[in-house]
Order: sequence, then structure tokens, then C-alpha cells
Amino acid sequence: MKRLSLFTKCLIIFVGCWVFLRFIVGNVISVPIPGSVVAMYMGLIIIAILVHISVEDSRFREFLRPIHETLIDDNKRLRRRVIAVLIPFALLAYTYSIFAQRANPPGNPRDAHPSPPLELTYKDEVIGKMQEVENPFRHYEKDDPEAFKAHVENGRRVYYQNCFYCHGDDLDGQGHFAPHLQPLPANFQDPGIIPNFQESFLFWRISKGGPGLPAAGTPWDSAMPVWEDMLTKDEIWDVILFLSDYTGYQPRTFGEGH
Amino acid sequence: MRQHQQPRLDIRSVACRFKKPLLLLLPLILFLLLQTLAPAVAQDMSEAEYRPFPKIGSRNAAWIAAQLHLLFGSFILGVPMFAVIIEFIGWKTKDARYDRMAQEFIKLCMGAFSTTALLGGVLVFILIWCYPKVMSKLSGIFGPTMIFYVVLFFGETFTLYLYSYGWDKMQGRHKGWHLFLGVLLNVFGTAIMFVSNSWLTYQTSPGTQYGKLSDATRQSWLESKLSQNPGMTQTEAMEGITDATVIPLHNETTGEFLATVWEAVNNFTWMPVNIHRLIGNIAFGGSIVAAYAAFRFLVAKTKEDKAHYDWMGYTGNFIALCGLIPLPFAGYWLGREIYMFNNTMGINMMGSLFSWLFIIQAVMIGVLFIGANYYLWSGMGRIDGAQIYARYRPYMIAIIVICVAIWMTPRTLSKISTSSELSAMGGANHPHLGLFGLMTAKNTAVNIIILTTFLSFLFYRRSGKSPTASWKKVGNIAISSIFFFSAVSIIVIGIVGFTVPTDLRVNVLTPYQVLIALAVMVAVTIIDIFMYRKATMSGTIKWGEMTDRSQYVLILLAITFTSLMGLMGYARSGLREAWHIFGVMQDTSPDAFTPLLSEAVNIVAIIMVIFFALVGFIFWLGLWGEKKKQQTVAVESEGEH
Repeated sequence: MKRLSLFTKCLIIFVGCWVFLRFIVGNVISVPIPGSVVAMYMGLIIIAILVHISVEDSRFREFLRPIHETLIDDNKRLRRRVIAVLIPFALLAYTYSIFAQRANPPGNPRDAHPSPPLELTYKDEVIGKMQEVENPFRHYEKDDPEAFKAHVENGRRVYYQNCFYCHGDDLDGQGHFAPHLQPLPANFQDPGIIPNFQESFLFWRISKGGPGLPAAGTPWDSAMPVWEDMLTKDEIWDVILFLSDYTGYQPRTFGEGH
Repeated sequence: MRQHQQPRLDIRSVACRFKKPLLLLLPLILFLLLQTLAPAVAQDMSEAEYRPFPKIGSRNAAWIAAQLHLLFGSFILGVPMFAVIIEFIGWKTKDARYDRMAQEFIKLCMGAFSTTALLGGVLVFILIWCYPKVMSKLSGIFGPTMIFYVVLFFGETFTLYLYSYGWDKMQGRHKGWHLFLGVLLNVFGTAIMFVSNSWLTYQTSPGTQYGKLSDATRQSWLESKLSQNPGMTQTEAMEGITDATVIPLHNETTGEFLATVWEAVNNFTWMPVNIHRLIGNIAFGGSIVAAYAAFRFLVAKTKEDKAHYDWMGYTGNFIALCGLIPLPFAGYWLGREIYMFNNTMGINMMGSLFSWLFIIQAVMIGVLFIGANYYLWSGMGRIDGAQIYARYRPYMIAIIVICVAIWMTPRTLSKISTSSELSAMGGANHPHLGLFGLMTAKNTAVNIIILTTFLSFLFYRRSGKSPTASWKKVGNIAISSIFFFSAVSIIVIGIVGFTVPTDLRVNVLTPYQVLIALAVMVAVTIIDIFMYRKATMSGTIKWGEMTDRSQYVLILLAITFTSLMGLMGYARSGLREAWHIFGVMQDTSPDAFTPLLSEAVNIVAIIMVIFFALVGFIFWLGLWGEKKKQQTVAVESEGEH
């Protein structure tokens, strides 16, 4: 059996990787990967192939040989003609694919996380510096587990009375209203949400809601209500305790530094 | 046989040819210059908070001057560090090649030295002109350090002159003194950088931990806090304050400075920036030297020149790699300290305004690691007997590329997805790939890349050698096991990192990953040195037989380093947002907005073009002088014959 040329092997690897990302990861293993991310990964795969073939001169020549033969050799005339016809067709198909797309609005261009203010407030009352404010009931976790449990229970009540419609009964952002919201409600089961933020940050996001988000990084388009108009300060702190208790994720704290 | 004569570039005839257009161009340049300066001169010269820089604006002017100064500064501080080490190696091994190369490095440094000073002057003029109030505030705090800076600058200048001009004179028994001068030069250079770092880090983090404050400052801070809150008692003011609490060094209402100069210098991010820049200078200096060598290699006419510049390029890349490997760790520490100083600033950096910049950073660091490995692998092509390691290369490429892919996967994909893609993912985070966006995954990836790069270097080192140690089999098994188990440990720690509180991950797990990677490098190097101590040479290195592609990679690495430094400069400075001094002195100028990433990239690109044009010119001047010298020597020797 004739051995595959290096060029063909590289082509197979390239197409294989694309199929793997687009269909196997995107449909079988997980949910579809955005086109831009697939393009980014494919760019890396091209770099990897180029590195592999060009490190050694002999390998580079071996890779270029079929291209050279196709362009020069007399016995490859048919292949040359087929390619000459295929190139304009490929361009045509690409152009068609661009213009034939159905209107597809771009995603939300907002930042990953809003930039919090330096001071934490509830209505007009200044609670303290964002960096320093702690949940006033957090210490019960060690000092008085019964009291802590009571606060968590109160947080549970507040959550299921107010939050679960959007954030879901499993706190995974899959509430009844969620499919109709853009941006989608936060998924508290995601390891990148609660562990990355201090409780003061969560308090700020809950109390100020969408309208209280900063001018930088707009448009936010968040449907989150201004909960400080409807909940007390203690209820907000309680619901934060419930979020971390239910998911098992501890909000961000800071050690000694240096 | 007739020798083919290369047409020689005669500067005089070129100048004559362009004389007329130049004469026409000169008034035009003068006119444009006057037109640019006219609005500046026409301004009110009385006391002002800000004065606009003509045409490009104050911020852009200060940005360009500062970044160019920093790039040149980084080069002239980085190069002497390794030049003195190379000189020492040459002295100890009695190999004159090392001495010649170290001297060549210092010659490059000499050319760039005056440009660095010139750009520093330009920066100071721009800052005093455009930001008089800010400069007044900073000089009011840091005045004594500025005097110290001048003293150090004189020290560095004269030491560099002595070190460079005394090179040929101070050979033989004076070599030790010459090396001492080299070390002194580095002491002055490092001290200069530390002093100037204190000013800019203070702008970002004007605070320090309570435990580090003097009693007088503690008292001033307490009094200022009590005066701001009249009803507060002393006990209430001290509630929750520990030695680790960040204390502002200003009265938070009036902005009055409360601390000592040393406390302002030793601010929260000073030392992390010092370390990060110190290592960065080595990497940057190495990459620029390697790019210079690559250029000389590409234009070299003789085999000797090719061999020399091939060796020089290899050394430059090796130095750049030595700096590049610990650089992510130093950067991580700096990032951690920024979070510790102010959580809002940390969120802005990694999760908000600047988060996409770190994706670009990942791409660039990916280019650096892939490029550095590519160069090493190419280099193995010129060593007989290196082919046995070629079979591992595809796996190493795959590992590095997968790790780079993890590192550059964004956490939130909302900006680069269509709404239908977002709906399909069920949010802005991909349920599986989104995990790559978290720091625990990225830290794991970078540690694995570093280990793979180290393995590439190990293969390079071993190429063409056969160990004679009786325990070579056991040694190889030990090295393989160390690599395998450390990689598994790093990955396991990375997976555990998803499940533990962030504080534990940042302060315990990630440092463990770093320690494992460092321990592997130390342990394997020791074993390998002993194993190959009496190795027989199975093949020689054919210096000068590198591919041209590998030399372009060296140039690409220098360009990537430069742009990376420019972009990270934007992040470091931009983190302050609308503050000249964070939380103390607000920026109320028309430029008080964070430039878009696209704007920053454009400015950095302009800076890069200017930098390489200036560097190219300086190097060309050096080459020109060298050619003249060679021609004179040739004429003299012909005369003697």
C-alpha cells in the first residue's frame, strides 16, 4: 500500500481536529463551541503543524514536495486543472456562506464582570469599603452553628420567594424566566462565580441589580431588579449565606498577603 | 578566477544623491514642527492643573515616551546582568570567545544607553509640562529618592563607561577588577530601577500593611481616621485592624500624606513589580541580543561570522528562556498582590475591563514558548546524534499547543459569540471549555508548558553526547519518573483547585504547583550534570548551520517580548482607572478614561515601530563603525606588506 505523504497526513490531522472540535466535542461530549473559539483552536493547530514540518529542512522539503509536484510536474496536469477550478468555487461558496447567513445578532459585548465601586452602600447608607466589608452573620458558622443555620434557612426562604424564578431551583441559572433573558441569569453552580468574589461584591450585585451597574463596560442589559428596594440588609446577607451553603462554594476571602 | 565584487554602499554618494530632496524636506519639517509647537507656546503659562500636549494629547505623549524609555531601560539593565556572567565564564574557562561576546553585548548596551537617558529626559519634560500638579504631588513625597536617583545615575554612567572602555585594558591580572566593575554596574542599574519603580507603584497602590508602618505613621493614620469620623472611639477605629490590613498612606478626606518616604517606597506592589521587572529585563535583553545576532547571521557573508552569530543567537535565546521560565510565577505573585491591595482593582484586571488583555497576553506568551522551543528543536538539527530525540517532538508540540489553548481560552465568551451560540451554550460560559478560563486550569497549563520547555532544553543539552556513568539507566529512569509524577501532581492539584476556596488555591495550591515545577528543574539538572560529567562526544555542534527560519523566529520573539511589555504596561497603568494616585488624587483631565483595548494596541504598535527603528539605527551605527575600523585595519596591513 502506498504510504501517505506528509502533506496528506497534515491535512488529515487538520480536518480531523476540526471534526473533533465541531462535532464530537460540540455535539456528542458537550454543547456547541462558538465559531470564534473553534477558529482560535484551529489557528493553533495550523501553528503546531507548521512547527512540526519546518523544524527540519528535510521534513519541510518532504511537506512541500506534493505542492511542488502539483504545480510543476507534467503528469499532474489533471490535478492542477481540478484545483484551478476548485479555488474559484471555494471562494464562491465562502462568499455565499457569508451573504446567505440569516440575521444573527451578535452576543452581548459586556465585560465578564462589572467593576465594583470602592464603597459598599445600601440605599444611601455607606456600609464600608468594598475590600473590608464582611458578612455580619458569617462568623456564626464557627461561633454559633444554630444561629448560622437559622440565617441560612432565612436565606433559603428569601431565595425561593424572590430569586429562583430566574436563577432556578437548583441555583444553576435555569429558572422559568431564564430562556427569555439576555444576558442569562448567573449560574451559582459554576465554580467561577461564587469562589471568585467577596461577599461584599455579591451584596453589591444583589442590592443594586441591573440599574446600579457601572457606566464602564455598558451596555449591561441586566434584568436583575434593585433588591435593596424590596429586601432588608439582613435578608441580602442571609441569601448570600444560602448561596454558598447550597452550592458548597466559599466566597473569596483574602489571606495575609506578602 | 575573477572575484565577484559586491557593490559597496558609499554614504557620501548616497548623501549627494538625496541632498536636494533633503534640502526641500527640511523647511517642511521645520514648518510642521513650528505648527505643532505653536498651540503649546500660545497657552497660559500661569499655574495649571493640566496642559494639553499638541496634536496627540498629553496621555499619549507621556505613554509613548514612558514606554520607549522603559523598553530601552529594560535592555540596558538586562544586558549587563548576563554580560558579566558570560565574561566570568570566559575568564574561568579561559575561552576568549565568551569574553568577546560579552564585550559585544556591552557595546550594544553603550549605543542604547544615551538614548535611554534622552528618552527619560523627554518623559520628565512631558510630565512636568502636561501634569504639573501630579508631578508636584509626587515630587513632594519622593523628593529625597529623586536626589538618590541622580546619584545612582551618575554612578551607573561612569561605571558603564569604565566597564566598556576599560575592557581591553583590564585583561589579565586586572580581570577581577573588571568583573567587579560589571557587578557594580548591575548594582547601580538595579537600584535605579527599584527607585523609579517606587514612584509608579505608589501611584497604583498608595498603601502598605499595618504591621509595616512606623509608630508615628500609625498614630497619624489613627488621628486622621478619628477626625474623619468625629463620633468614633479609638477602639472602634482599631476594630478589625491586623498587621495584614492595608492602610492608606494619606488622609482619605484631605489627601494629605501621612507616612515616611520609606513607607511610600515600600508600598504594596513595589517588591512584586521589582522582581517581575528584574526577571523581565533579563528575558527582554536576551531576546533583543538574540534578534541582533539573528540579523547579523542572516546578512553574514563568511562561515566564521555565521558560526559566531549562530552561537550568539543561541546564547541570547538561552538567556531569554532563563528569564521567561520564572516570569509567569513573578507575574502571578504581582497579580495576587494587586488583588490583596484592592479587590476591585483585581476584578478589573482579571474579570472586567482588562480581562481580554490577558487573553492577548496568553496568545503572546504562547508564541514565546512555541518560538523558544522551535528554536531549540531547530538547533538540534545542527548537532550530530540529536536525531534520537526527534521522535519525542510531535508529543511535545501537542502538549505545548494544548496547554497554550487552555491558557488562551476565555472564561466568558459573550463578546465573541452570536446570540444563538450563547443560547446553545446556556450562557456566557461554555459548560466544559469555560473551566479552562479559570485560573486553576491556566496555572496548571503554564506549569506543564514550562516543564515541557525544560525537557526540550534537556534534550538539546544531551544532543551529541553519550553518558559514560555506570548508573545512566537508573538515572534516566529517575529523570523520567520525576517528570511523569510531577506532571501528574501538577494536573491533580489543578483539578482539586476547582473545588477548594479561592484563598486556599491562591495561597497554597498554586505555590505548590510552582514549587513542584521548580524542584523538577533543580533535581533533573543535578542528576543530568552528574550523569553527563564524563560524557563522550558522539557528534559536534556545527555552528552556523542553522536554518534561516530559526533566525526569523528569534526576531519574532524579540517583537513579541516588546509588544507584550507594551501591553502589560497599559494594564499596569490603566488599572488605576481615573486616578493619578489610586484613591487619593483623581484624574480630572480630558484623558480621564480607560482607552479601549484596540486603541491601546494601536499605541503599543506605534511604540514598537519607533523602538525597533531606534534600535535598528543604533545597531546600524555600531555596524558602520565596525566596518570603518575593519577597513582601516585592512588598509594599514596592506601598507605594511
